[in-house]
Amino acid sequence: MIIDFFNDLFRRFLWLPEQASTFAVRVDRLHYFVAFVTIVAALGCGFAAVYFMFKYRERKAFASTPLVNPSGRFEAIVVTVPLIIFMSWVFVGYRDFIWASTAPAGTMDVYVTGKKWMWHFAHPDGPNENAVLHVPAGRPVRLLMTSRDVIHSFFVPEFRIKQDVVPGRYSETWFEAKKPGRYTIFCTEFCGTWHSQMIGEVVVLAAPEFDRWKERLRIGNLPDKQDASSTEGSATEFKNDLLSYGRRVASVQGCFKCHTTDGTQHIGPTWTDLYMRKTQLESGDTIVADEGYLTESMMEPYRKMVKGYAQVMPSYRGKMSAPEAAALVEFIKSLRTDRLENLKSKDPAYGPLER
Amino acid sequence: MSSSEAAHSAHNPYLAHHFDTMEQQDHAARLGMWLFLATEVLLFGALFLGYTVYRWMYPQTYQECANLLSIPMGATNTVVLITSSFTAAWAYHSIKVNQIKKGLALLAITILFACAFLVIKYFEYKHKFDVGELPGKWYSYEGLQAPGANLFFAVYFLATGLHGLHVVIGMTVLSIIGYRTIKGRYHSGNYVGVELGVLYWHLVDLVWIFLFPLLYLI
Amino acid sequence: MAHSNANVAVAVPDGEEPKLPAVSFWNADYGIKSWLLTLDHKRIAIMYMVLTLSGFLLGGILAMALRIEHLTPDETIMGANTYNRVFTLHGVSMIFLFMIPAIPAIFGNFFLPLMLGAKDVAFPRLNLLSLYVYVAGAILLVWSMAAGGVDAGWTFYAPYSLSTPAELAPALFGVFVIGFSSILTGLNFIVTIHTMRPIGMTWMRMPLFVWATYATSIIQVLATPVIGMTAVLTAVERLFGFGFFDPTRGGDPVLFQHLFWFYSHPAVYIMVLPAMGVISEAVSVFSRKNVFGYNMIAYSSLGIAFVGFFAWGHHMFVTGQSKFDAGAFAIISMLVGVFTAIKVFNWIGTMYRGSIQITTPFIYVCGFLFFIVFGGMTGVAISSVSLDVHWHDTYFVVAHFHFIMVGATIMGFLAGLHYWFPKMFGRMYHEGWGFTSAAMIILGFNASFIPQFLLGNMGQPRRYYMYTPDAWALNVASTAGSSLLAFGFIMVAIYLGYAIFNGRVAGDNPWGASGLEWKTTSPPPKHNFDETPVIDEDPYTYRKKGEEVEHVII
Repeated sequence: MIIDFFNDLFRRFLWLPEQASTFAVRVDRLHYFVAFVTIVAALGCGFAAVYFMFKYRERKAFASTPLVNPSGRFEAIVVTVPLIIFMSWVFVGYRDFIWASTAPAGTMDVYVTGKKWMWHFAHPDGPNENAVLHVPAGRPVRLLMTSRDVIHSFFVPEFRIKQDVVPGRYSETWFEAKKPGRYTIFCTEFCGTWHSQMIGEVVVLAAPEFDRWKERLRIGNLPDKQDASSTEGSATEFKNDLLSYGRRVASVQGCFKCHTTDGTQHIGPTWTDLYMRKTQLESGDTIVADEGYLTESMMEPYRKMVKGYAQVMPSYRGKMSAPEAAALVEFIKSLRTDRLENLKSKDPAYGPLER
Repeated sequence: MSSSEAAHSAHNPYLAHHFDTMEQQDHAARLGMWLFLATEVLLFGALFLGYTVYRWMYPQTYQECANLLSIPMGATNTVVLITSSFTAAWAYHSIKVNQIKKGLALLAITILFACAFLVIKYFEYKHKFDVGELPGKWYSYEGLQAPGANLFFAVYFLATGLHGLHVVIGMTVLSIIGYRTIKGRYHSGNYVGVELGVLYWHLVDLVWIFLFPLLYLI
Repeated sequence: MAHSNANVAVAVPDGEEPKLPAVSFWNADYGIKSWLLTLDHKRIAIMYMVLTLSGFLLGGILAMALRIEHLTPDETIMGANTYNRVFTLHGVSMIFLFMIPAIPAIFGNFFLPLMLGAKDVAFPRLNLLSLYVYVAGAILLVWSMAAGGVDAGWTFYAPYSLSTPAELAPALFGVFVIGFSSILTGLNFIVTIHTMRPIGMTWMRMPLFVWATYATSIIQVLATPVIGMTAVLTAVERLFGFGFFDPTRGGDPVLFQHLFWFYSHPAVYIMVLPAMGVISEAVSVFSRKNVFGYNMIAYSSLGIAFVGFFAWGHHMFVTGQSKFDAGAFAIISMLVGVFTAIKVFNWIGTMYRGSIQITTPFIYVCGFLFFIVFGGMTGVAISSVSLDVHWHDTYFVVAHFHFIMVGATIMGFLAGLHYWFPKMFGRMYHEGWGFTSAAMIILGFNASFIPQFLLGNMGQPRRYYMYTPDAWALNVASTAGSSLLAFGFIMVAIYLGYAIFNGRVAGDNPWGASGLEWKTTSPPPKHNFDETPVIDEDPYTYRKKGEEVEHVII
């Protein structure tokens, strides 16, 4: 109780926004400590100078003064004290950073695309959204992000998270919202005329409400889906279902000419159970085929060649848009023999750290 | 320096007013030149970093692109430059021991070698322009269509182009030294200027000795 | 000149009114040509002063335009595109036209040879060349502004800088050219310090300003070529489409950031180290004390220069660099804070048991100490990685680096300007005006940038044309503070301008300082010293010849 009181007091004193994610609570403790030490030290040094200025002010013009020199002990102290203080900041900060950049197991994934000047969100098993991202409270959400034009940066002050969104690369971050609410998304990397208007919103819903929201959108779009299934080949079909969209991307781009989905090896590796498979490369290294690797292989097929395959795959950089690539990755992820229907990954994407 | 010493050496016409002795002036000139060479190395350093990063991103493409370069031409150029570096050093030595005519001849040979280097480079460039092995958006070579090839040639043209510019500057510097030697400015009593110019020429040579294996061989 | 008498306390004889020397570097030669083609380091310094202060004026006017724009959350006086150009040009002109050349090229050029006891810098012609190279670069930058402006931010991040329709190429070449001017100055100083010291001026007797300039010059020589190449690569990319940083052609935009910050992080120390050197001088002179921990201050300058080369990655914590990189860069960045802390403790130690003349430069020293500690520690705070995730690219970062660059560097610049003013112009400014404007600048500066720390904590991103209405109050506070700051600067310009022509004649050594630069006339003659000075004791000796004083070890 008393801790909550002081937490709130410090937070308001420093004008920090609400602590709406699990990370915010964690990082703010360091924030308070750092701010306290900095203010005390700066005022201390400034006032020490002013105090000396008056205490030792000139009493006789051009007087001689004693020779004052530091001892070895003094020098050791002025090196070690700041070193220890700064080390403690960096140590705690780095520990929290590792925590904040390592997504736990079982996250809900959302694909984020930044472009001038809006945010686009795609849920793997649900609808696409522009500018507004709906997420459930109390569940870790992982954002897999890329940009279509220049570098953007995804920032939600209340969550204390920020991640650059770089064209040609996938970056990821995660958060777990504590309670329902609405929070502003800012772009923090200068991206042109309306950089300041590249603003979005995270709408955090209580978990059951979130499920209802998703269901409602799905039902709302059911006619589309039925229409689509009857008119195979229409460009607009399955817009709201990332998985089906991904399958469609694969057939349009001609992926199935070389990659199978039934487990047999063809010109390229099969996609069945590809996601999270430990794969040996030509270079001798072993990698885990996660989202990042899958995307990279579409864009730069020869950078990490799987052992035993010829260099025949073309690069899809520029031929496939970021949402298409994201949909395709989701489709590949869904091709798992043991849980074909389940979109959630069985294994953790990255092993969670001990905490 | 005490003032009497300064007055003593002030008779030397090559001593600038703000230095006390010739040794001090030569020391300053040499140190300045070495620092300048350090900045040159760092200028190329940015390009070498770009090369490293893209080689790491596109290892196979870089290998294939290196095969597109003509090793005989590159190797000839390497030999030409190393020889010219040798003649430049020899010219410096000759001027230092007052063999002015020999020094001038060797400088001329050095400049001729530099011209030969540029001519060979011209034919290499011409071939690349003809087949479309060009940087960035200009890359149109049919024989190798792989991501990263345009970047290899971006690095190739930027690095060799910048090096070519240095060759031209080096030739100019050597020509000025030759002209001043004819005018009688450089001889056994005053040769630091020659030394610095030749030092610059060695840098030009050295950069190529790094560029040749990185671009052509590996 | 009585060079061996270190007891300069009696340099101003009682009762006798000091007179300006009949011939000084100001009137040794006449005519415009004698200025434009001068090889005298002092005249070059004066010309640099005029030019860099014009850059400062330009940057300052743009800064005020930005602050006025932020009086309301929406459009106040300019549109979005204008705003983006104005903040870019504010950064470019402040950094490349003022901050980087200011202290080294003005005070470094003027006082480095004087402090060493040399007749000139090692390469006077190169010195003049660097001035003209600077002018050429400045013309390119001003041309790019006149041709419609540049909107990529002073960081020129790819791929935005590759795709923006603004005329970026001249600005990039301008940065390249000004970089060369910086390299030439740095090279000149290193050679001067190595070769031009007279007998007796050992390394450990050099004034600390010279040490700081030496460390700065090393950074200038070794880091600047990289930004030069980066600017050229970006310009070539824009003009010819080489694809070097362009992701659509296979290039890597993050490589640009690495190359850019490899220079631009050390560049921060190009800006602040000379100011630290000025403070080391001023704090000793006005306390009439030997510098407490001379070796520590000298070596920590070199330490900052060295460590500064390996800290650049802390600008890129949220670009997705590896976790190992983040940790390594965080620890290296923290070391800069430790070196700075050493300096701060030693400066305060220098005041201890001194005999402090309360003068305008000393007020700036006190302000500097507050700003460098606050700005420096917030810097270490930002490099504590988890906090950077929240603060990166918000107003917090803006406030932090303004604390260092305005708070520390400009305090150092103003301290140096007031301290050396009588030496440069031979006349004295008015202390009453000095105190008033110093108080206004320090207060105005705090009022401008402390609200910006809070804005950053709120999560307000930088480079935002429009902001959310809840940030309005703090923005208005910041604008109010910056007006006070601007009035302070205008006041300084007025009374110093007045003092140049009408101030009281100062005499050779009005402060009773012990540095070599005070052992010649004010202003100095063309060849600095009538007789090459002999240095036979440590710098910062404030006792009469042969006098026994108490020796205290803390």
